[in-house]
Amino acid sequence: MEMPVLSVRDLVVEIPTRHAVLRPVNGVTFDLHRGEILGMVGESGAGKSMTGNAVIGLLDRPARIAGGEILLNGERIDQLHGEELRRLRGKHIGMVFQDPLTSLNPLLTIGEQLTETITEHLNVSAAEARQRAVDGLREVGIPAAEQRMDAYPHQFSGGMRQRVVIALALCAEPSLIIADEPTTALDVSVQAQIIALLKRLCRERGTAVMLITHDMGVIAETADRVAVLYAGRMAELGLARDVLTQPNHPYTIGLMGSTPLASAGRARLYQIDGSMPRLDALPSGCAFNPRCSRAQSKCSQDPSPSLAAHQDRAACWFGGENAQ
Amino acid sequence: MLAYSIRRVVQSIVVLLVVGLVAFSMFRFVGDPIDNMLGQERTDADIERLRGELGLDRPFVVQYGRFLTNAATGNLGVSYRQGRPVASILMERAPATLELAAVSGLFAIVLGVALGVFTAIRRNGIAANLIMTISLVGVSLPTFLIGILLIYLFAVELGWLPSFGRGDTVKLGGWSTGFLTSSGLKALILPSITLGLYQMTLIMRLVRSEMLEVLRAEYIRFARARGLRERAINFHHALKNTLVPVITVTGLQLGSIIAFAIITETVFQWPGVGLLFINAIQFVDIPVMAAYLMLISVMFVGINLIVDLLYFAIDPRLRVDRTVTEG
Repeated sequence: MEMPVLSVRDLVVEIPTRHAVLRPVNGVTFDLHRGEILGMVGESGAGKSMTGNAVIGLLDRPARIAGGEILLNGERIDQLHGEELRRLRGKHIGMVFQDPLTSLNPLLTIGEQLTETITEHLNVSAAEARQRAVDGLREVGIPAAEQRMDAYPHQFSGGMRQRVVIALALCAEPSLIIADEPTTALDVSVQAQIIALLKRLCRERGTAVMLITHDMGVIAETADRVAVLYAGRMAELGLARDVLTQPNHPYTIGLMGSTPLASAGRARLYQIDGSMPRLDALPSGCAFNPRCSRAQSKCSQDPSPSLAAHQDRAACWFGGENAQ
Repeated sequence: MLAYSIRRVVQSIVVLLVVGLVAFSMFRFVGDPIDNMLGQERTDADIERLRGELGLDRPFVVQYGRFLTNAATGNLGVSYRQGRPVASILMERAPATLELAAVSGLFAIVLGVALGVFTAIRRNGIAANLIMTISLVGVSLPTFLIGILLIYLFAVELGWLPSFGRGDTVKLGGWSTGFLTSSGLKALILPSITLGLYQMTLIMRLVRSEMLEVLRAEYIRFARARGLRERAINFHHALKNTLVPVITVTGLQLGSIIAFAIITETVFQWPGVGLLFINAIQFVDIPVMAAYLMLISVMFVGINLIVDLLYFAIDPRLRVDRTVTEG
């Protein structure tokens, strides 16, 4: 089997606070292969974005990687610093942010922002960088790309700006894209276009995508595999069609039950009682046990069930057999 | 943009007309100039004759109109004390003040922006915190005290720099400059620091807080995620976004550098228009005072006009949008 583009092993991110050390990401493990799209789902604070930021080395202090390994094309990247990390970003890992209205510098033309990124990472002349930038814009579907090079971000609509952001993330031809809620800030009508665009471009180039979202619809449409995060831990990991249609972890079951689907004729959506525990007040054992309808005494005991990358799909003592 | 520029120019002219009215009304309401010009031995006939000669018997509006047209053509009247045209006195004195203001303005902007960026980037460093603490001194000490302290240290104790005057100057046409002689340059150092220190610390603190704000912005994160160099992020992406508010304040501060030059010029006996103004007040030399007021307001308004137009150069969002894509 070919080497995964990204391999995350037992990743732990810690935030030291005055009272305790919080672990917003605790033991996350997954592989991501060439051309594959991995959807990362979970509610706010589950550690999705934190995982993405840890991979690209953009954790805001005092958050830090406290354990585990991150391998990009077989090489450790979790211990890189400063200059090495900077060369990695943009060149090997691209990132698409949530809000295209704020992720472009308002005072620089999009051409300037594209060419500066290209000349930073690729050894090309100014003229070639410009040509690549124009090609990049054309590929993401900006009409009249040549003329639009000298336009400023405010002269584009939100959807167009997100296209520019995608062009920027892809312009140095990285092998991995981290898309952190790329459609959340967009109009519903534009969301589908952007997702389709991201999917097409990454398929064509064989770029692996880590798609962070809480939108199950986007996952269903786009992802090859899905990782479900809960309170910083992996709850379930598997092929998208399996996880979406036959979830194994009680949390995923609840999550799927609470997602409105056009095809399902259910009158009322399911609601998971309670809310995700705060990071400074995690229950012992499985973090989901206080809300879980199937919890037994085993579930509140340490150690909590873990999910090894290639064996079980769900991190639940009763995962497989208890599924509907 | 053209409409905006024209509107701003018209506003500037209105401001200048109002200042002209204030300057002009000094003639009428701050004592009677006739009293000052004629000695003790005057007769009523002398007074009437001079009043007629000076046109002071004409209606207010006519006098104001004449004052404005004269001022516009460079005729600012005759100094009561020196008996010479005010315009030529100002021309002699202006280079000293403008050179002082230019050097201290440059000092304030260059050092203020540089230190502001430095303290923002290294906001937890020892050096940055030290600079921030020292800058409090710059903000809180009055100008004259700084000047006197500098004189005491560098002129009296160390003897490195002159304590007063402009040093040797060179005439270039009608402009006497201190930039071309070493004594002229040396003489500029202490007054420039004295005059610019407050502005420097103000600009520094402003740049720092704006930088800190901008560095938290999402596009800075995105620039990092694209793997750009720290230097490009700090100076190209971040600094540019701090410039609009910084330029606003800096513009106003440059105006006040010229106005505050009065104190510095008095401390250092700098032969500029500020010192001229202080002396004019002592002798109730109203034409000189009025002309000074006009000169300062022209500079203030001019600088503000330039600042407003600079916004366009920096921020593309203010320029007219001709093309907006939908989609």
